[in-house]
Amino acid sequence: MEAQRTIYMDHSATTFVKPEVVDVMIPYFTKHFGNPSSLYGIARDSKKAIDVARVQTAKALGADPYEIYFTSGGSESDNWAIKGVALANRKRGNHIITTRIEHHAVLHTCQFLEKEGFDVTYLPVDQYGLVDPSELEKAITEKTILISIMYANNEIGTIEPIADLGAIARKHKVYFHTDAVQAVGNIPIDVKMQNIDLLSLSAHKFYGPKGVGALYIKKGVRIENLIHGGGQERRRRAGTENIAGIVGLGKAIEMATADIPGHNAKIRSMRDRLIKGVLDTIPNTRLNGHKEKRLPGNFNVSFEFIEGESMLLWLDDAGICASTGSACTSGSLEPSHVLLATGLPVEISHGSLRLTLGDANTDKDVDRVLDVLPKVVKKLRDMSPLYYKSGKEGGSNV
Amino acid sequence: MYSDTVMDHFKNPRNVGEIENPDGVGEVGNPVCGDIMKIFLKIENNVVVDAKFKTFGCGAAIASSSMATELVRGKTLEEAWELSNKAVAEALDGLPPVKMHCSVLAEEGIHKAINDYRVKKGLEAWVEKNSHSHDHSEDLTCNH
Repeated sequence: MEAQRTIYMDHSATTFVKPEVVDVMIPYFTKHFGNPSSLYGIARDSKKAIDVARVQTAKALGADPYEIYFTSGGSESDNWAIKGVALANRKRGNHIITTRIEHHAVLHTCQFLEKEGFDVTYLPVDQYGLVDPSELEKAITEKTILISIMYANNEIGTIEPIADLGAIARKHKVYFHTDAVQAVGNIPIDVKMQNIDLLSLSAHKFYGPKGVGALYIKKGVRIENLIHGGGQERRRRAGTENIAGIVGLGKAIEMATADIPGHNAKIRSMRDRLIKGVLDTIPNTRLNGHKEKRLPGNFNVSFEFIEGESMLLWLDDAGICASTGSACTSGSLEPSHVLLATGLPVEISHGSLRLTLGDANTDKDVDRVLDVLPKVVKKLRDMSPLYYKSGKEGGSNV
Repeated sequence: MYSDTVMDHFKNPRNVGEIENPDGVGEVGNPVCGDIMKIFLKIENNVVVDAKFKTFGCGAAIASSSMATELVRGKTLEEAWELSNKAVAEALDGLPPVKMHCSVLAEEGIHKAINDYRVKKGLEAWVEKNSHSHDHSEDLTCNH
């Protein structure tokens, strides 16, 4: 039997590293391995490489190079932005505004700060996962010091009205942070135009290496350090630099932002064919997230009467990598907080499936998923007591 | 994460379906919690001659239903009642700790189907004598 090709449709979880990115990284493991803090030649090579990556990153965001700080990834950037601003601005107030659909790196950081005496407002979202700017404005008090709202959601792909939200923050003189981990490379970003004061990003979401990310901190923002120690990153983030990783991030972000519209058109057309194919052939199915305001590669769907993990196991059996918002894969019994925040009933949240397309995919992959997925859903529905109860009626899709 | 036996029972589940005119039916779980099991029993001369199931749930829930129905077939009602969740999990070569509740559900489903039969026959329902001694390990309980 011919070896089955792995179909990777989980690009929001992580991406492969592009060969061009690997190529530029390798010399910094073997040849230019010097510690940038040292004085000799190979150390100067390392330092120079970090400066280049800083310029590449700044250019991708419309920032100035001295506003870019390299970190270990998205979680560190989120922790630093939120804890750092909270601690540095404590005297001005203790109120933070975020949303119910943030990544846990933001939510759990906010919950930690609540234990430390901060008040946090978790804004609701509508059925599509959108934050209402007027709700944000209403939530601001004289004690509000930080607003943290994600650029695009990792589960349902909804893109938030960041420029509008940033304008409100600016008007009320409140710092505005956005977790843009899912957005970089998918949406053109300009931190100045969009009134963003702090922005988190992570290289492994745009075909760079894992373990490296960055935090954009607008000039003048009052923020405490998170990692204390040596004087790296202009005394703001201690620790010997992950040079190869930083070089890889620089190259990856340059490539990912070179032609966003062209890249998106290709991914979106595959994704749209997948959405149409699934919704047209499988009854009792609903699309989660917004029809238009969504990441180009994101497809999040709920199948009634079945559970997500059993779907993933069957898809894995066919070589298809996907993820679910069902509780049964998360180690807890609560399904996705994002799906629940959009008002999706709990039992239907258990039957959700996320397929995120990207550069690893071809049209043939879409054909294969459209062949396999309906069979998997049918097999599981045939053994579901809920489907039996529903009288096997072919309901309409939402 | 799952044993080969779990994967075998998930991919080739035994006894899927319904029994026409079953002698005992037990439905346990809750869709809000992400798993529901419905167990059907055919009982002749105090012996489980057939057992089938329908399950909405994860891989472990489907495998536990499959294994539990296998284990009670051919057993007397007394023997079937003694089937513990631990025995189901062991027969599957183990379940991850967070999935132990799936085997508990299977035990409860069998118990409910047996009592359904007993009550219909005008017999007294048996009492769950060990409802607090399930092997939950690090089990999490859905509070819905």
